[in-house]
Amino acid sequence: MELPQHLRTLAKVSGEVSLEVEGAVTLRAVMDELEARYPMLQGTIREHGTLKRRAFLRFFACMEDISHRSPDELLPDAVVEGKEPLLVIGAIAGG
Amino acid sequence: MSSVRLLVGTRKGAFVLTSDGKREKWDVSGPHFAGWEIYHMKGSPVDPNRLYASQSSGWFGQIMQRSNDGGKTWEQVGSKFLYDGVPGTHQWYDGTPHPWEFKRVWHLEPSLKNVDEVYAGAEDAALFRSKDGGTTWEELSGLREHGTGPHWQPGAGGMCLHTVILDPKVEGRIYIAISAAGAFRTDDGGKTWKPINKGLRSEGIPDPNAEVGHCVHHIAMHPKRPGVLFMQKHWDVMRSDNAGDSWTEVSGNLPTDFGFAIDVHAHEPETIYVVPIKSDSEHFPLDGKLQVYRSKSGGNEWEAMTKGLPQKDCYVNVLRDAMAVDRMEECGVYFGTTGGQVYGSRDGGDSWAPIVRDLPAVLSVEVQTLS
Repeated sequence: MELPQHLRTLAKVSGEVSLEVEGAVTLRAVMDELEARYPMLQGTIREHGTLKRRAFLRFFACMEDISHRSPDELLPDAVVEGKEPLLVIGAIAGG
Repeated sequence: MSSVRLLVGTRKGAFVLTSDGKREKWDVSGPHFAGWEIYHMKGSPVDPNRLYASQSSGWFGQIMQRSNDGGKTWEQVGSKFLYDGVPGTHQWYDGTPHPWEFKRVWHLEPSLKNVDEVYAGAEDAALFRSKDGGTTWEELSGLREHGTGPHWQPGAGGMCLHTVILDPKVEGRIYIAISAAGAFRTDDGGKTWKPINKGLRSEGIPDPNAEVGHCVHHIAMHPKRPGVLFMQKHWDVMRSDNAGDSWTEVSGNLPTDFGFAIDVHAHEPETIYVVPIKSDSEHFPLDGKLQVYRSKSGGNEWEAMTKGLPQKDCYVNVLRDAMAVDRMEECGVYFGTTGGQVYGSRDGGDSWAPIVRDLPAVLSVEVQTLS
């Protein structure tokens, strides 16, 4: 998984983050695992409470924007196998 | 010997400015949390090394930080700000109901007695409290639910609870202010609240004398005289001598009574400071001259403090939480601008000098006087 720079700073990681996900590898399962392993990221990608994706962030996988797919849909095999990263991308905007 | 520490929140990070009691030379530390908006930082009156900071971003939301060594190092604490129950709606800009949505923390107010207790004023307007040093937060929902909440509406900057004042004498008394709902007071530690806007007059709302709906920009209080409050409203500088039960205008001879910041001298409870801004559509000083106005009579009679401040081609703003005073024998006054300057006065406002000139836009300035 590849996080934006500010989130890598919060999580105190560099480069990609590798996660072990049990069961079906969906976006929800990956995010649950990410937030469990890095609790300082809770609320930064998904809102507290509703767990909705924050408005200025998108999820990309295998060159596709999967932000609007169901969070319970299986991720592409290449991501599951660790060959391609799941990208969290911040909107390119002013400031 | 005493020293002074300024906590400066900016659009792109936090800065800590320190000086000895002379306040001539300053050490600048930062940016902390580079790239993030730091709406506010404030130190605990119980332990000045305990600082709290509100770090936020349009992309990544709200983060809270805590320091136990005066800002040298920081640790991320809790940022789970959830409204109590089903929060309902307030008015949107067009007058339609709009659900309460948490956006950020505008102001942090550490307890006067407990280092681990701190209040957070949020947008959309609500007051939260932590009793464990910022790890967990609970909403004091009696404010939002006291009855007028559905009629509150956002100011241009959002519906923010930006002012929190803890009364040092009356147990359980807290003042808060919201743009654009007005000022409110609790006398029982936050369980019940009442609007305290009698005497405010705002032409931009249907009933200019309404109980709520006023765009209060900031309120200041001298800790030794907590029943007396000074307010910079959207337009008008106001004063209350009865803990907010009623207000009278003290704009007097100000060249414009629009502005954001207001504060009180550390040792003279009738000496107050504002920075007049031209208008609500022109957020810069009159005629390109940056002037602090000081009243030594608690309002009405004001004098311009200009020595050391730019008197031509200056078009910055001074935001509501960007002015503060120290408690040195000769009171220091400080303010930050949207142009990134932080100015300081070592003589109660008579003269000014820039401490730093080129920070990101300054959102807030707080001062700690350290012994």
